Amino acid sequence: MQTARAKLCGVKPYQEVKLSLRDEKISIDGKLYRMEEVSFDIPISGTVYGTLLNYRKAYKQLEPAMSQAPYHAPPNAPILYIKPRNTFSSYGAAILLPEGITELEIGSALGVVIGKTATNVKETEAFSYIEGYTIVNDVSIPHTNVYRPAIKEKSRDGFCPIGPWVIRKEAVANPNALRICVKINGEVKQENNTCNLLRPIEKLLADVTEFMTLAKGDVLLVGIPEDPPLAKVNDLVQIEIEHIGKLENKLTSKAAWEGGTT
Amino acid sequence: MKYARVAYQGLLHEAIVTDNGVKLQDGRVVGEEEVIWLPPVVPNTIFTLGLNYADHAKELSFSAVQKEPLIFFKGPNTLIGHKGKTVRPDDVTFMHYECELVVVIGKQAKQVKREDAYHYVKGYTIANDYAIRDYLENYYRPNLRVKNRDSCTPIGPWLIDKEDMKDPMNLTLRTYVNGKITQEGTTSDMLLSIPELIEYLSEFMTLYPNDIILTGTPKGSVNTVVGDEVVTEIEGIGRLVNTVVSEEVFQK
Repeated sequence: MQTARAKLCGVKPYQEVKLSLRDEKISIDGKLYRMEEVSFDIPISGTVYGTLLNYRKAYKQLEPAMSQAPYHAPPNAPILYIKPRNTFSSYGAAILLPEGITELEIGSALGVVIGKTATNVKETEAFSYIEGYTIVNDVSIPHTNVYRPAIKEKSRDGFCPIGPWVIRKEAVANPNALRICVKINGEVKQENNTCNLLRPIEKLLADVTEFMTLAKGDVLLVGIPEDPPLAKVNDLVQIEIEHIGKLENKLTSKAAWEGGTT
Repeated sequence: MKYARVAYQGLLHEAIVTDNGVKLQDGRVVGEEEVIWLPPVVPNTIFTLGLNYADHAKELSFSAVQKEPLIFFKGPNTLIGHKGKTVRPDDVTFMHYECELVVVIGKQAKQVKREDAYHYVKGYTIANDYAIRDYLENYYRPNLRVKNRDSCTPIGPWLIDKEDMKDPMNLTLRTYVNGKITQEGTTSDMLLSIPELIEYLSEFMTLYPNDIILTGTPKGSVNTVVGDEVVTEIEGIGRLVNTVVSEEVFQK
């Protein structure tokens, strides 16, 4: 059993839980539950920073354009973006399809949860600044141009499901070699591995904290693998990351989700 | 009213600034020099406008007419209060200030029309949105290495109620470096006005109380060096004072 930190709905403090990832059981206060018996809330509280082009093939795909306008040169430092608070949502929450949009890009990201204030971190000490790992679905409206911040494409309400929990770093022997799998309606749509990161986690943490401080509770997404799968209305999206767990959300139309009467 | 967050004798206070001094939450009135000024709001999401003044857009050799406004986010690591110190990395050649009017959201806002937008505003403050242009890269530009640095967004000194502001779209902004005026403009030159910005943003995402919008800067951004005192001033709000310091002073 692995130890994780979860935020359960209706309980204010974070809870330490034990997990059996293989048979998808969670142990809370010594009692065993199935996933569907537990209501998970968002397990983190800080700022979520995403990293652009940190999978080798994702970088390679843009590389021919990097010498041309509007980019003119390949990037030097890590290129980050912020997923603002209105995007945060939990395991099981609906992802709302904005009106006029038929498909959303599923960004399967390993989230590195920061455990203590991290400034000018050395690669060799990087793991001492990490509390653990979570799964983040960095949802976007499909777009190819990355010259300007993609606020409209990446910052819609509910576009950042996070969870179901934060696995303690001790439970993950090598976070730079984790299989990632995205299933849509049970069918495998993407497979990748964090061994394909351009900047492995310790290097990314060092290069990012060279120019900005990450605070306890912040989450640094290591990147989105190339060719993110597309999902449409009523699709069940599952992101599985080896040794971390499975994040599951369903795409819903705004009208169906809102319900109610006016 | 002018609302501030200050530290005084080991305690954080929600204070009100008056002509007589800083009135602490327990009723004591102390001098402006006696307190440590903190950012006047603890924001949720920090929105920042780039190129929202025509003259500044020209200055940055930005010629094409934009289809969409240029908006980016900042993290909480960037903010420091009035009279704070901002670090200039040792190896850079061009670090400039940007005097900006800040809109503080007071009420949850979703799909708000411009004619109703001011109902969702709590008040206003000043930010100095420093940029380090040496680090500019053409990916999600302006990239976070330029705009999301610790201490590089002084904000304050206080939040002024919207009721105390006659017309936020007609305010003079000025920046002084070591007492000499280096930037002057007016909020009437904004490309997207405050009501238009609130309409635009709330159309595709929900704004929440204490979200803040930095509305961009007019032309006149010049290089600042270690030791400079930079004052960003907005008519009807006040003067935000900041000092540029070296890495050695800041970190060691």
